[in-house]
Order: sequence, then C-alpha cells, then structure tokens
Amino acid sequence: VSTKVQLEIFEGPLDLLLHLIKKNEVRVTDIPIAAITEQYLATLELMQSLSLDMAGEFLVMAATLIHIKSRELLPEGDEEPEPDEDEGVDPRAELVRRLLEYQRYKEAAAELEQREVLTRDVFVRATAPVEEAGPREFREISVFELLGALKRVIDRLPKDIVHEVMLEKITVREKMTLLLDRLRSESRIVFESLFSEVQSRMEIIVTFLAMLELVKVRAIRVFQDQPGGDILIEAAAGMDQAAEGIVLEEAEEKQDGA
Amino acid sequence: MEREELKSAVESLLFVADGPQTLHRLAEVFDQADRQTLQSILNELQTEYESQNRGIRMVEVAGGYQLRTAKANADWVKKFLGGRPARMSKATLETLAIVAYRQPITKAEIEAIRGVDVDGVMTTLLERNLIRAVARKDVPGRPFLYGTTPEFLQLFNLKDLSHLPTLKEMEEISLPEIPGDVLPIDQLEET
Repeated sequence: VSTKVQLEIFEGPLDLLLHLIKKNEVRVTDIPIAAITEQYLATLELMQSLSLDMAGEFLVMAATLIHIKSRELLPEGDEEPEPDEDEGVDPRAELVRRLLEYQRYKEAAAELEQREVLTRDVFVRATAPVEEAGPREFREISVFELLGALKRVIDRLPKDIVHEVMLEKITVREKMTLLLDRLRSESRIVFESLFSEVQSRMEIIVTFLAMLELVKVRAIRVFQDQPGGDILIEAAAGMDQAAEGIVLEEAEEKQDGA
Repeated sequence: MEREELKSAVESLLFVADGPQTLHRLAEVFDQADRQTLQSILNELQTEYESQNRGIRMVEVAGGYQLRTAKANADWVKKFLGGRPARMSKATLETLAIVAYRQPITKAEIEAIRGVDVDGVMTTLLERNLIRAVARKDVPGRPFLYGTTPEFLQLFNLKDLSHLPTLKEMEEISLPEIPGDVLPIDQLEET
C-alpha cells in the first residue's frame, strides 16, 4: 500500500491526528494506534521534506504516539497495565480525552462560521460613513511614519542639485488641485508616487503640505493597509467641497491681485 | 406621540445608529417611552422586514437592535463595497471558539486544548477587538484571563453569550459504536 499523504495545512498535532482518524473512519476512542502512528510519522516526514515550518509540538505528539504503541505491544494479561506506571495517567486515555475536547471546539468553530457573519454575509450601514472616519484612520499611521516616508522621498533626490534657486512658483494650492484631479481618475494613490516627478526639495515639501491640508479639510484620507505597508491616499467625503473651495479662493486671490 | 409616529422614528434612529441600540437607550431617547410599546414596535418592524422579504433586516444582536442587509444580497453588497473581506483562519476561529465557550480562560489553558502555541492568533484576536483581557487568574504569575467582546457577538450575529450554539457533548461527536468483535484496522492491515 503506497502511503499517499495529501498535504493539508494542519493547525497542530491534534488537528493532524483528527484528520487521520477521520480518514481511517475509526472512532476517537478506538484509535488503531499502530496504523495512525505510521501515517502520522509519514505526514511529518513529508512536512519536513517540504521544509514546512513544523512546530515542536508535532514531535512531542510523535513521541507520545510511539510511547502508547510500545505500551500496547506488551503482552496482555501477564502484566495488567499498572495505573501509575510512570506518569500516573494512561497516555492513551489522556490522548483520547484531548482529542475529544479539541474536536468539540473545532466543531464549535465550524458552527460559528456558519452563522451570518458580519461583513461576509451581512453588512451594516456603518460601512458607508467609513469616509467620515478619515481622521481616525489617519491617526493610525502616526505622524512619525508619515515623516519617515517624507524623509525617504527627500533622501531619494539627487544630491547634486545646485540650481534650486530657480524660482518655480508652485503653491500649496496648486498642488492640492493637482492631487484632487489625480484622485478623480485614480481611486488610490501611493504616497511615494506623489513625488515621482518632483525635482526639488521645496516642491516635495509643498506637495507634502498640500496633502496635509487636504487631510485637514477631510478631502482625502491617508492610511496604511498594514503596519509598514504602503501609505495610501484616497478621496474622502469632503473632496468636492474642498475642490470648490480651492477654486473660489483662487478666484478671490486673482481679484485681489488685479 | 402616536404609535405610528414612534414606530417611524424608531426606524429612523436604527437607520442612523452606529452599532446595536438597546431597548433602554431607545426608551431614553423617546423620553421614557413605554418599554412595552417600544418592544412591540421593534418586534413589528422585525417581522415586517422579514415577511416582506426586504433588503434590510432588523436583528437582535449584542444586546441591542440593529439594521443589517439581508444575507441573500451579500454578493451584491460585497461587489458594491469592493473591500476585501477579512477572512479568519481556522486557527483564529478555533481559538476564538475556545475563548467564547470557556471564558474567562488563560492563554496557557487555550494552548493546552489546541496543542499548539497561540501567541500570534491571540494578538490577531485582540487587535480585532474580538477578545479582551477581563481579569487576572489567581495562580503564580497571575496570567490574564480572556473573554469575548460585544464585537464578537456582532460578528457572529449573537444576541448574547447564552445564544452561542450549544457545545456538543463529547460522545455525540464520535462516530457510531463499532461492534466489539471487529478487528481494529491496524491488525487488519498487518494480516
């Protein structure tokens, strides 16, 4: 008989054992210890050959199984299994107890999973005003992380730029408008990409300030999918209002200038 | 306030509410409206959504009332929202089940049941606010005892902890009795 072991991801030794017991169609209380031990060790070998990260607990269980097997090889009758041999508990009975208990919670977990799970089967309205929670999510990336990201952008600038004096007139407001325009065509922007065409330190800072300003008026949200991940920017509830505001301010400024 | 007006207002409140609202809270908002009237209104709304097969359902969850989408529309809602559903690994779910049924319980006790280390899973559950430390156990080292949160109840649409699915008795799970005179499988294979 070829030992065909289908590899599944086992949560632990008990999970693996339960799987083998089920496969052999036997009761937990009547484990055919020799066969199960063999299959258990075969699976372990397979996991090792695939260099899967195997927890030490798997080896402890292997030892337990072998221990039980060796005890059962002792001739019956001559020596009645002494109740307190070395550990005081019958290792087989203890294993059965653990398996049954673990199985209970495994079943309970499966039952929980079959319920109407929030954000999988059913949804609440609170998922919509998530945009309003922008500032809260913003706090999730700390200012330090944001500054760290800014520093990385600045550091990437070629060091030998000397003609920074060239007075390009880029205002924070222009940058705000540019960013908002971009967000109309792209739903999400990676923070670093804001600076991909930026040439000077001043422009980086202006761009950064524009981003902060838009966060303040809740036109955009700045967040991170996961710690250390990309810092992302997306439109928020106040975007259109903010865009209008900028246009108005600009108009006013032109009037003042005239 | 007319009963129909009150009913309409209750529905509006549940619509804007962030999270399940208790009967107590609703009574408070409506200037100590009669609890019995409120309760009957809530039951009525619940039945109406249900019987008219509406896209919204009112559920009793985590000790309060909440409007949720109908399960039948899950795929459309998901498509519309476009988010990635937070899938829970088997390990996380099992650990959560152990905490739910055995709370308050220490990490070591959970590990004893699962047979593996649960550090990572516990962190995930704590971060997702599904479990919390509720006390310390009076044993050496005074380890934390963990329990589930209202968010846990909301996640699995549970009214309260007493509504957890009944834990099966250990015997119920095991396969039917095998007649005693049948050889165990290992001996069969060796012959």
